[in-house]
Amino acid sequence: MSLNKKMNAVIALEDGTVFKGKSFGAAGERCAEIVFNTSMTGYQEILTDPSYKGQFVLMTYPLIGNYGINPEDVESREPFVEGFIVKECSRIASNWRSQETLREYLKKNKILGIEGIDTRALTRHIRLKGAMKAVISTVDTNEKNLVERVKASPGLIGRDLVKKVTCGQTYTWPQPPEKQFKVVVLDCGVKFNILRELAEHSCEITVVPATTKSDEILKLKPDGVLLSNGPGDPEGVSYVVETVKELIGKVPIFGICLGHQMLGLALGGRTYKLKFGHHGANHPAKNLKTGRIAITVQNHGFCVDINSLSKKDVEVTHINLNDNTCEGLKHKSLPVFSVQFHPEASAGPNDAKYLFHEFMKTMRKHSAKKNRH
Amino acid sequence: MPKRTDIKKILIIGSGPIVIGQACEFDYSGTQACKALKEEGIKVVLVNSNPATIMTDPELADATYIEPITPEILEKIIAKEKPDALLPTLGGQTGLNTAIKIAERGVLDKYGVEMIGADYEAIKKAEDRECFKKAMEAIGLDLPRSALAFNMNEAREALAAIGLPVIIRPSFTLGGTGGGIAVTEDEFEKIADVGLRNSMISEILIEESIVGWKEYELEVMRDNKDNVVIVCSIENFDPLGIHTGDSITVAPAQTLTDKEYQKMRDAAIAIIREIGVETGGSNIQFALNPRDGRMVVIEMNPRVSRSSALASKATGFPIAKIAAKLAIGYTLDEIRNDITKETPACFEPAIDYCVVKIPRFTFEKFPEAKDILGISMKSVGETMAIGRTFKEALQKGLRGLEIGHTGLDDKSDYKEISDEKIKLRLREPNASRIFYIKYALQKGYSIDDVFQLTSIDPWFIDNIKQIVELEAEIVRSPQSIVHRQKIATKKNLSTIDYGLSTALLRRAKQYGFSDRQIADLINLDELSVRNLRKREGIESTFKLVDTCAAEFEAYTPYYYSTYETEDETRISGKKKIMILGGGPNRIGQGIEFDYCCCHASFALKELGYETIMVNSNPETVSTDYDTSDKLYFEPLTFEDVMNIIDKERPNGVIVQFGGQTPLNLAKRLKEAGVPIIGTSVKSIDRAENRDKFARLVRKLKINQPANGSAVSGEEAEKIAKRIGYPILVRPSYVLGGRAMKIVYDNVSLGEFIKEAKDTSREQPILIDKFLEGAIEVDVDALSDGEQTLIGGIMEHIEEAGVHSGDSACVFPPHTLSDDVIDTIREYTYKLSKELKVKGLLNIQFAVKNDTVYVLEVNPRASRTVPFVSKALGVPLAKIAAKLMVGRKLRELGYTKEKRLNHISVKESVLPFSKFSGVDILLGPEMKSTGEVMGIGSSFGIAFYKAQIAAGQALPVKGKVFISVKNDDKRDIVFVAKKLYDMGFEIIATKGTSKVFRSNNIETEVVGKIGEGDSEILELIKKGELNLIINTPSGQKGQSDMKPMRNSAVMHGIPCITTIQGAQAAVNGIETILKSDLSVKSIQEYIEES
Repeated sequence: MSLNKKMNAVIALEDGTVFKGKSFGAAGERCAEIVFNTSMTGYQEILTDPSYKGQFVLMTYPLIGNYGINPEDVESREPFVEGFIVKECSRIASNWRSQETLREYLKKNKILGIEGIDTRALTRHIRLKGAMKAVISTVDTNEKNLVERVKASPGLIGRDLVKKVTCGQTYTWPQPPEKQFKVVVLDCGVKFNILRELAEHSCEITVVPATTKSDEILKLKPDGVLLSNGPGDPEGVSYVVETVKELIGKVPIFGICLGHQMLGLALGGRTYKLKFGHHGANHPAKNLKTGRIAITVQNHGFCVDINSLSKKDVEVTHINLNDNTCEGLKHKSLPVFSVQFHPEASAGPNDAKYLFHEFMKTMRKHSAKKNRH
Repeated sequence: MPKRTDIKKILIIGSGPIVIGQACEFDYSGTQACKALKEEGIKVVLVNSNPATIMTDPELADATYIEPITPEILEKIIAKEKPDALLPTLGGQTGLNTAIKIAERGVLDKYGVEMIGADYEAIKKAEDRECFKKAMEAIGLDLPRSALAFNMNEAREALAAIGLPVIIRPSFTLGGTGGGIAVTEDEFEKIADVGLRNSMISEILIEESIVGWKEYELEVMRDNKDNVVIVCSIENFDPLGIHTGDSITVAPAQTLTDKEYQKMRDAAIAIIREIGVETGGSNIQFALNPRDGRMVVIEMNPRVSRSSALASKATGFPIAKIAAKLAIGYTLDEIRNDITKETPACFEPAIDYCVVKIPRFTFEKFPEAKDILGISMKSVGETMAIGRTFKEALQKGLRGLEIGHTGLDDKSDYKEISDEKIKLRLREPNASRIFYIKYALQKGYSIDDVFQLTSIDPWFIDNIKQIVELEAEIVRSPQSIVHRQKIATKKNLSTIDYGLSTALLRRAKQYGFSDRQIADLINLDELSVRNLRKREGIESTFKLVDTCAAEFEAYTPYYYSTYETEDETRISGKKKIMILGGGPNRIGQGIEFDYCCCHASFALKELGYETIMVNSNPETVSTDYDTSDKLYFEPLTFEDVMNIIDKERPNGVIVQFGGQTPLNLAKRLKEAGVPIIGTSVKSIDRAENRDKFARLVRKLKINQPANGSAVSGEEAEKIAKRIGYPILVRPSYVLGGRAMKIVYDNVSLGEFIKEAKDTSREQPILIDKFLEGAIEVDVDALSDGEQTLIGGIMEHIEEAGVHSGDSACVFPPHTLSDDVIDTIREYTYKLSKELKVKGLLNIQFAVKNDTVYVLEVNPRASRTVPFVSKALGVPLAKIAAKLMVGRKLRELGYTKEKRLNHISVKESVLPFSKFSGVDILLGPEMKSTGEVMGIGSSFGIAFYKAQIAAGQALPVKGKVFISVKNDDKRDIVFVAKKLYDMGFEIIATKGTSKVFRSNNIETEVVGKIGEGDSEILELIKKGELNLIINTPSGQKGQSDMKPMRNSAVMHGIPCITTIQGAQAAVNGIETILKSDLSVKSIQEYIEES
C-alpha cells in the first residue's frame, strides 16, 4: 500500500499548530494530551502502558512497527494510548514472535495512528511550548474546527484517569512456585511487568482496585503494599492518597511513578506538572546513597517537588541527572519508599531492578521486627 | 570521582599506517584523546608511524614520536619519556597488541608505567579465544557451540553434540585451506577428513554454524564507579558470515523487540564487567537466530574501534574523548554532554533518524581477486549517511560511495540478468549484492524469496521493495496527474511531459532519490529536476544530530539533510568558508586529504572565519563535530553540496583539499555561481586537460615526455612508432592510475587496446613515452598568486613507472644534483606563476640523464602534504588555506625554503596479504592503502625505520634470495656484494648466480619455479629465508615468480621488487649494523632545524 492511498489524518494542537499526515490506525477523532517518547524500542509496551491513558504518544524514533506485535510483550489487558504518532509505520512485521502488524493491531483496538509527520518538528514544538492538548482526526480536516474542539477539551490537571484503567475487581496474579511474601498491589494502572517482577521475587500477589480502602487492604495481611504507576495527575486521585496516608506506618510500602507521587503527597509534599515530562528509556537517575547511576525508564508528566519535602521526615534518595528533579524518596524511619522511574523497565533498561530486591529486604526486615514483638 | 592527581604524563600508541581493517578511525579516536587529556593539563606522549594523521601534529601532544610502533622502539620511548601511564585502547589492534607485548617484556613494570583503561588481564581475557569462552560461560552467556577433534571418530562425536550445519576449521594451515561449511553429513565426512589431513597437527575445530544469523554490535562505556551505558546499537544489514567492516550496517538496531534488545544490553553490561575493562569503551558483537531468537556472543573488543567511531558520528556521543577522560578518573556523570551542555554524559543517546554505513571496495584494482565477501575484511573505506528513514539513508549512502551510483539505481537492466546469476549473486555475499536484491525484486521475486537466498532480514528487503515500487511509480506515472500547463509555461522545459506530481516528487525525495536518479528515470537532466522541484517548493531541510531526539536544546551544529517540514539550520551573519571533504577512503584518496581539510578548517578559524565542513566519511577527524564551526554530514555530490550552499551562502568554498572528489565538482559548482576560492577552476582545467596542459608546457618551454592520444589501434601504433617504446598507456576516463600500463611492443599494445575498448565507451587512449630508469620527483609548493614557496622536493626511491602513491620517497632528495634541483625549482615557479596558483601545488617530475621532464601538475593538496609538513615542522595545508582567502606568504612569515638537518623517508603500505592470489609487483596503478614515515640523521636510518614501520623489517643477517632481470644484473652485483660482506648467505637462480660467482660472491643455486623446481618455496615455508630481492621482467618472468612472491607475503618475509628498493635496503641494513636505533620526537627535530 503506498502512502497516497491512505486516509488523511490531521493533528491540531491547542495553540493552533497543525500537522498533516496519513492514518495508519483506526478512523475517528479524539482529544488528548500530546507527549513524546524517546525510546527507540518497545512501542508495544508503550501502547499497553495504562499510564498513557488520556495521552497521544509521539515516538521520536522515526521507524516504528518494524518487529510487529506479539502476544507476550504486553503491559496490560489492552492498549490505552489515545493515539499514536510516528514518522513511518512499517508495512510488514519482521520478528519470529510477531503475530500481527502494528497497523492491524491499532485498527483492531480502535486506536488512532498517524504517520508521515515531521515528528522531530512536533517534538521540538512540545519541548519549547510544553505538553499540550491536541486532537487527531481522520474525519474532519477543517483546522479551525479542530483547534476549537481541542481548546474545549479537558486537560490532565486535576483529572482522575485512574478510574478508567484500574481493575474492576480484586484478582490474583499467577502464583510463583516459591512464596516468600504476600504483596497487595494497589492498581492505579499497573504494568504487568511490575507483577512479573514481584512474582520473580517470590511474591504472592493480590491486585486490588484503586478505590480499595486501607482497612480492606490490611485485612489481606500483606507483607507489603505496592503503589502502582498510573495515568495523569496525582492530585486527581485524592481518594488513593488518603488510603496511602492510612497505610503509612502499618505496612511496608513501595511506590512506583504515580505511586511515588501519591506517596509524596501523602507524606505532605507537593507535586507539579513538568513542562513536557519525562517519557523515555535513557534517563540517568543517581542513587544518592551509593553514587551509582541507573539508566532508567520514565513516563511521567507530574513530579514531586523536591523542596516540598525538605522539612518532613523524608529523604530524597534519587535524582534525575538531566534536570535534578526528584526521582526517589524514602521515609527516614518508616518502611516506606518510592521511585519516580520504572524499576520494572519494559520498555527499557533493566538497570533499576535492584529496587524490587530492596522492597523484599524491607519486607523481610519489617516482618522480622513484627515477629519479635 | 574527580580526576586522578597521580597521573601527569600519559603515553598513547597510535595505530600506524592505514591498512584494510585499520583506517583513519584511529586518528579520530587518538586525536580526541590527545585533546581531551591536554585539556586536563596532562602531558601527552604519542607514538605513531603514520605522518598523515592529525594526531601527529606537533600541537596535539607534548612529545610526538613518528617512529615504528614496535616493542623495541616503545621501550626506548618509555625509557626516555618516563610516562606515568599507558593508555592502550585508542590505537586499534596495533596499539593493543604492542601494549600487550611491552607488558609481557616487563617494560611497564621496569619503568613503573600503569596501564589505564583496560589492563593486561582484561585485554588478555577479551582477546584470547579460550579465556573469553570461559569468561562467557562463567556469566551464563551463550556462545556458538564448538569442539576440537583429532580424528574422524572424535569429529563424529563432536558433530552429534553440535548438530549441522557446522563450520570446520583445520588448525595450523595457511589461510584456512581445507576448511568449510558442512550442511549435510556427507559433506561433513568429506570436509572433516580433508581438514584433518591438511592440518599439520591433525586437528580440526568443529563449530556450530551461525552463518545467516542476524548480527549486532553494542558500543558500551564504563567508568570506575561501574556505571555502564550503551552508546549505540548497530544492526548489520548483511547477516553473519561477512566481516562487519564489509557489511552494510544500520544504527540503531531496527528489528529487535525491546525484550530482545534489553537481553543484549544486559549481556553487554555483564561482559564488560566480567572482562574487567575498567574504564572506557568496548565493542561487543552478538548474533541472533532469526528463527527462535537464540542469542550468542561473538566477540568483544576491549578498546575503541571502527564501530565506535561510527557510533560516535551516528549519535554525537564522542566515545574516544569520554574514554580518555574516564581513564584518568572521571566518572560519566562528571563529564558534560558537549552537545546539550546541560545534561551529563551519563545517559544513552536517543536517535531520531536512521544511520546507514556502506563499505567501499576496491576490487577493480585487484582484478585477480574475486569480489566475494567473507570473514576477512576487504573494504578500504566507508561512507555514512543519515536520513529520517532507512530508505533515505540507504540511497544517500549509495550515492555518497562515489562509485558511479546515484542511489539504488540501475547499472544493469534487470531483464537481461538471468535467474541463475541473480540467485548466485544473492546467495554468495559480494560487493554489489544490494543492487542484485533490487534486480531480484524488479524481476518479481518475493521478499521471502530474497530472504531465503540472502538471510537478510525481511524488514530491510521490504524497504528496498518500497524504493523499487516508488521507482516504478515514477517511471510509469500517468500523464493525467501532471501539472502539465505549469511546466509548459516554463520556457526551458516547454515540450517535455513529466508525468510527475508534486506529491510523488516529494515522496521520491523523502525516499532518498537524488535529482540525478529521478532525472535518469524520466529522461531529463539533473538540473531540470532540481529546478522543477525547487519551483514546487521541495527543498531539503536540515536536522540536527543532538544525542537526545530533540528532548533538550542542542548547541553543536551537526546537521544532516532530509525532506521534512522544519529546517533547523541557524545561519550566522559571519564570514564563512565551506570546505568540501574527500568522502569515503579509497586507494589513492585517504586520510592525507582529510588531514588537509582539517587544517584548512583550523587555519580559517584562526582568521575568524566560520568554517563549514561537508563530508560523508565517519572515520575521519573532519567529521568530528568540534573540528569545524559547523558540520554537514552529507554525500559529496553536486546536489547535496548545492543544497547546503543554498542555505549557508558561504563567502568561499574550498575544493582543493579533499582530493579528487570535490575537485570533480568544481566545474559544476562554478557554473552554478558558487564562489570557489584558491586557484581558479580555469587553471585547474588547464592543468588537468591533456591538450591544454601540453600547450601550457610548450609555452613555458618545459620538457614533457612525448605523448599523444588515439582512438584506434592503428593510431596508437602510429604514435608508438613516433615516440618509441616503451610507452605508458591508459584510458582517458580513469583516475589514480586505474588500468594504466607500461607497454613494450605492438603485441601488448594491441592487447591493451582490445581490453580498454571493452570498457572505455569509445574514449581515447592516452599514450606517453615511458622514461625507463628515470628518477621521479614530487614537489609540494605554496603560492599566494604572486610568490611561490617550495615546501618540499621529494625524490622517489622506485623508478618512474611505479605510481607515486606506491613509491617510497626521501626528503630532502639524496642523489639529485644541485643543477637538477635548481631546474626543478625554476619549473615549479614558472608553472605556479602561469597557473596563478593560490594555495597548494603539487608537481611530478621525472629526471633522466639530468634532463627534467614534467609529468603532471596538480594545483591542489597532494598525498604528500602531511608528510612534508611533518618533516618540515611547517603546516603547509594551514598556510595554503590562509593564502586562499587572500593572505600573503610574506605577511605570514613564510618566504624561505627551510633547510633540514634530518632525513625523512615515506614508505607505502600495501594490502596484498588481504587479496590472496594478487601479485605484489608495483606498477603505474596505485595499490597502497597507507604510508609510514621514518626519520633519522641519515638516509639509511630513515629508510630502515620506514621499513620497520611498514611491517617489512629488514633482516641484519640470514639468507637472501636474489633473482633479477637482465637489465638489473649489473646493479645487483653491488647489492649482493655488500650483503655478502655483511655476512648474509646469498641464494640465487642459475643465471644470477653465475654473475655473482664471477664477482667472488659465494652463492647457493636453486632451480627456477617456472621450470618446476619448488625448492625456494620450501625455504620460504620453513622460514629459512630472511629477504627476497626479485625484479622480474616481461610477462613470463612475472608469472614464473608470482607463487614465490605471494608465499613471501603470506609468511611475512620482506620482498623487494625493484633494484632501487634493494639498493636502499642495503644502505639501511649497512647503517643499522653500524649504529643503534635512537628515537626523537618531532618537537625535538623541529627545534633543531
